[in-house]
Amino acid sequence: MAELFQFELVSPERQLLSDQVTEVVVPGAEGEFGVLKDHAPFISTILPGILKVRRDANSWDEYFVRGGFADVAGGGLTVLAEQAVPVGEISREQLDQAIQDAEEDVADAKDDETKQKAEMTLAQLKDVVEALKKV
Amino acid sequence: MPSLKDLRNRIASVKATQKITKAMQMVAAAKLRRAQEAAEAARPYAERMGAVLANLAVAFEGRDDAPKLMSGTGNDQVHLLLVATAERGLCGGFNTNIAKLAREKARSLIKQGKTVKIICVGKKGYDALKRELGQQIIETVDLRSVKNVGFNNADEIGRKVISMFENGEFDVCTLYYSTFKSVIAQEPTELQLIPAQFETTEADAGAGANSVYEYEPEETEILADLLPRNISVQVFRALLENAASEQGARMSAMDNATRNAGEMIDKLTINYNRQRQAQITTELIEIISGAEAL
Repeated sequence: MAELFQFELVSPERQLLSDQVTEVVVPGAEGEFGVLKDHAPFISTILPGILKVRRDANSWDEYFVRGGFADVAGGGLTVLAEQAVPVGEISREQLDQAIQDAEEDVADAKDDETKQKAEMTLAQLKDVVEALKKV
Repeated sequence: MPSLKDLRNRIASVKATQKITKAMQMVAAAKLRRAQEAAEAARPYAERMGAVLANLAVAFEGRDDAPKLMSGTGNDQVHLLLVATAERGLCGGFNTNIAKLAREKARSLIKQGKTVKIICVGKKGYDALKRELGQQIIETVDLRSVKNVGFNNADEIGRKVISMFENGEFDVCTLYYSTFKSVIAQEPTELQLIPAQFETTEADAGAGANSVYEYEPEETEILADLLPRNISVQVFRALLENAASEQGARMSAMDNATRNAGEMIDKLTINYNRQRQAQITTELIEIISGAEAL
């Protein structure tokens, strides 16, 4: 049995989750990463995507997160996301809105670097939407 | 001396006013609970954000490549005041207090020869400031149509501020709002947004020194990503605190108004009764003296 650690998922509007869990998979800026108990202190920004939380051996809870960062410290993980919605509750409009925002970001980008970043975000978002459609 | 009829009319009108203030008080109480919950729900996010940024800030102290949002432009010639107030009045000193704090700051800055720009969030702040500082107000943000402030409202304001900063339109940005202490106490607060200031408590500093963080991507990039976000978060928090404060202030103001109306009704009623009695006595005397004359 995997060991439990404290996990918190917080959005500006409310605290979605604060619980003991065994494993969390976070869509990090440089690839997905999993967090288990006693992970080294670590900070990463996150890309829009699906955050998976495992409470027991065979079930995952999934949340759609967008914009923010993950902070592993003191044996616990905190994910601060600008938007965080349980996958079951997410609506078509919210996703469309997110994609529209991302497209505007691409259009507004002033230099190549920000543009590249915005494009990456957009591509990632589209992937997520595709994946969600299949469910 | 007002006639009996006049008095009756006045009593009726004060009673009507009292009913309105009573209703407003109850509405404010109901809204207050919701606003307070929202403000409290937003707190963990802002606090965490602050803690992480404070940690990162320690690492960047004194470095030349620190982002401008944190270190500032090295100038303090142009000040941007972001004044967040309510959209509606009838809430005691709430709007006036925030406007007063901002006005004093603006005055002293102008006296020092600095340029002041003001963005008003909420109509009441604009009303209070436009007479003296109308020329300094460059924009007003209208949230009247927004029922419950969401993060995207704050984000919009935050983005606007950042794009202005990037265009070099100001050097220092300060946010004015009212902190919700309790139902009867709201404290007008000023908070410097740019350059960002972090309260590093000793506990934070200790934790930062002890745990060596790994960063992904680089520290610089994370900081560049988080600082703009932090501004939106601070604005969001200010708006929520404001919403709770406004309802609290309105509740106590309306409570007072209701009580005053009650006192007024009592006074008017005594007056009314006295006059009525006097009139009856006069009538009786007239009848009796008429009967005696026969």
